Amino acid sequence: MVRSLKSGLLAAASLALAACASTGEAPKSAGDKPATAAAEKPVKFDKDPYPSTYKGYPTRLTVVKGATVFDGEGGRFDNGTVVLSSGKVLAVGGPDLEVPTDAYVVDGTGKYVTPGVIDIHSHLGDYPSPAVDAHSDGNEATSPTTPEVWSEHSVWPQDPGFTRALANGGVTTLEILPGSANLMGGRSVTLKNVPARTMQGMKFPGAPYSLKMACGENPKRVYGAKGRMPSTRMGNLAVNRQTWAKAAAYKKKLDEGKAVDRDLAMETLAGVLSGEILVQNHCYRADEMAIVIDMSHEFGYKVSTFHHAVEAYKIADLLKKEGICAAMWADWWGFKMEAYDAVPENIALMYKEGACTIVHSDDANQIQRLNQEAAKALAAGRRMGMQISDEQAWTWLAINPAKALGIGDRTGSLKPGKMADVVLWNGNPFSVYTRPEKVWIDGALMFDALDPKRRPVTDFELGQPGEGDVK
Amino acid sequence: MIRALLLSAAALVALPAGAQDVAITNAKLVIGDGSAPIEGGTVVVRGGKVVAAGRGVAVPAGIERVDAGGHYVTPGIVAAFSRVGLVEVDAVTGTNDRSATRSRFSAGLDIAPALNPMGSPIAVNRAAGVTRAIVAPGSSSNLFAGQGAVVDLGDDNDMVTKPRALQFVAFGEDGSAKAGGSRAATFLLFREQLLAARSYARNPATLAEWSNDSLIQRADAEALVRVINGTTPLFVRVDRAADILNVLKLKGEFPALKLVLVGATEGWLVARDIAAARVPVLVSPLTDLPGSFEQLGATQSNAGRLKAAGVEVSVGVFDDDDAHKMGYTTQYAGNLVGLSKLPGASGLTWDQAFASISSVPAKAVGMDGAIGSLRAGRAGDIVIWDNDPLELGSRPTMVWIDGKRQSLVTRQDRLRDRYLTPTEGALPKAYDR
Repeated sequence: MVRSLKSGLLAAASLALAACASTGEAPKSAGDKPATAAAEKPVKFDKDPYPSTYKGYPTRLTVVKGATVFDGEGGRFDNGTVVLSSGKVLAVGGPDLEVPTDAYVVDGTGKYVTPGVIDIHSHLGDYPSPAVDAHSDGNEATSPTTPEVWSEHSVWPQDPGFTRALANGGVTTLEILPGSANLMGGRSVTLKNVPARTMQGMKFPGAPYSLKMACGENPKRVYGAKGRMPSTRMGNLAVNRQTWAKAAAYKKKLDEGKAVDRDLAMETLAGVLSGEILVQNHCYRADEMAIVIDMSHEFGYKVSTFHHAVEAYKIADLLKKEGICAAMWADWWGFKMEAYDAVPENIALMYKEGACTIVHSDDANQIQRLNQEAAKALAAGRRMGMQISDEQAWTWLAINPAKALGIGDRTGSLKPGKMADVVLWNGNPFSVYTRPEKVWIDGALMFDALDPKRRPVTDFELGQPGEGDVK
Repeated sequence: MIRALLLSAAALVALPAGAQDVAITNAKLVIGDGSAPIEGGTVVVRGGKVVAAGRGVAVPAGIERVDAGGHYVTPGIVAAFSRVGLVEVDAVTGTNDRSATRSRFSAGLDIAPALNPMGSPIAVNRAAGVTRAIVAPGSSSNLFAGQGAVVDLGDDNDMVTKPRALQFVAFGEDGSAKAGGSRAATFLLFREQLLAARSYARNPATLAEWSNDSLIQRADAEALVRVINGTTPLFVRVDRAADILNVLKLKGEFPALKLVLVGATEGWLVARDIAAARVPVLVSPLTDLPGSFEQLGATQSNAGRLKAAGVEVSVGVFDDDDAHKMGYTTQYAGNLVGLSKLPGASGLTWDQAFASISSVPAKAVGMDGAIGSLRAGRAGDIVIWDNDPLELGSRPTMVWIDGKRQSLVTRQDRLRDRYLTPTEGALPKAYDR
């Protein structure tokens, strides 16, 4: 019988978190030990060898008063009050909320407060600006399965795109994925959108890894053109299944405590099969998503999110039943065959079905206005007669992507105790005329439209035309 | 302010078949020329053309009246620089006529016969309020890409409003790659091809000496002669400030050139020079990343700064999906209005922003007497919107092109309707229409 993973996304996420939390017990340099030692006892690898060094920047006790607040989980406060303290959300409420008297007070009258935007699909840093060949580090397109590569090892923290996403888009957290040339593209990394000297200085502490997978046109085109397998969709599946079968055997050995040679690819896949590593699956067509779902049952793993998912509306019921999110564009279409049946109501139709709905960018430009993309999707839904409130639609940019990344317990909404990842917008963020005014990450003011000194400038742009410009 | 743009004599001639006379009343009327919207306005279309628009315009007896209910009524959007009609699916090569990179011809290429008025992008873009587009070829095997057209997005079999309306050439990194690897080669090749065309014009017998190895072919020469003498505007893709200055200098040797800059990402750095040369600019206004070393100065304030310097700026979406997503035009223009509220940034007023997607691009291609505004004599391209046309999610409720009422149903609507409920009924979805 096909194994059915009934646990919801949150359960999978907490599993992954537990796994991450326990990595401290693993030897720090297991890979360097002699093989004979490995043969004696169960191998333990360091599961976090490139740990986050991000600590959060200085904060001050801050109260935003008088703004309309979307809490990111569908809640709303008119004339609301938000209190940020020591990097966390301390309290959220209406005008009567008691606030500390010694706080820095921001007048939010006529403005809106939301949790920071989370983009679950970005290639910033891996395909940075300028897009020169020397920077093209997002696809290890030399083998159709490369679960051994980690996108974090390609991230260039000086990509100016990060700063644009912050200043124009209010993006506070983003997942950097390998590209979609490969069926198994490698591990992704979740970053806080803070400027840093190193990738580790951006890394979201304790976020689980994900495996990027891709179905459809890209892998078969890339490898078919090289005269290699896969060159067809059936080839895609065959390569995937053979690889999963190998991974299952590897995992079995690990579970039995048997000696194994260190295999970075298999470690990633074994991590997926044990639920520590999530799966983010690029997939456009409804029929292909259904096949991937069966493959996940066959090998006993769970797809967290189908990315792009332009035909999610055709199988919204199935995605709902499986507890799989769809991360979508508002209206991209027609650029390739598998994007031909896109409809502007895709996002709203997923939401209508009660399925996990996410708006993503996959683009260094659209990441700067995911609020606008969500607004278009929202309008498309309302034109169909659907009743969707603004605050419900904000979940597409907040708690839903947070859960799909396994960090929904720490960010993605303005619940007390969560990371103070917050945007103050100078109007309704679903209006084209609105811009971020202030962005806090872990309670630290990282962007302020009213203060040019709170506008990050990357090393690359220093001394160049337009340095420190509004952009 | 009361405006009444009255009937001109020219507007009375030529009644295209299928056009309906119509008066749209009770409109929040946007003329599209940069003036403020007129509350309670009326626009009258007869014989496919606007005959009057403003407040207090009399509605001729016996013609159809449409009450706009106080909603925005505007000229249709003019996509400033696009490939609409040339592409059905980008990655399906047989449906993609954007570029002719294996042709022996270049400047002589004419996209008109490559346009497909029945393609699904026509309806999708029309349903977003885009009624006209400036369409340019992508590239050829040579420096000049070929001749673009001005088109309409009407629901009929002929979309060419004006063929050979522009010649397109890319300078900068793209041009360098075509010309042989250096900007030096681009400028020399450009000059030599124009000189060859000029010598052909003076003595067509020189053609006999040409071969396939010649710099250009006869058809290219004929097209370039029209560029040299200013008959055909030359749209030049250029981004780096230094490249822009060098392109402007081309008018020194070829004074009749009608230059239009496309992109001009670093235009704001040399805005005064562009203004002094009286060269219009088409920008993709939200380009704010240094995507290449010729875009280091990229900022969303480019359009606003150029406009403030006196440059005529049109807003397009050509650094995005230029065949399918012309509907982004209004969103991009709206962003420029929002930008004007941001300290230190330069944007456009709402009225300027709307003009930048209607009459200004029409003027850039030399057709503002024919399309792009609701001034008398212009084509009856009218959109009634459900909300502020620059706001996200606003959609047209009624569209006319050349005075003909248009269908707004798209293939996407049909797919949506089929899957409103994703589960299958008594029969498979294939029976559900």
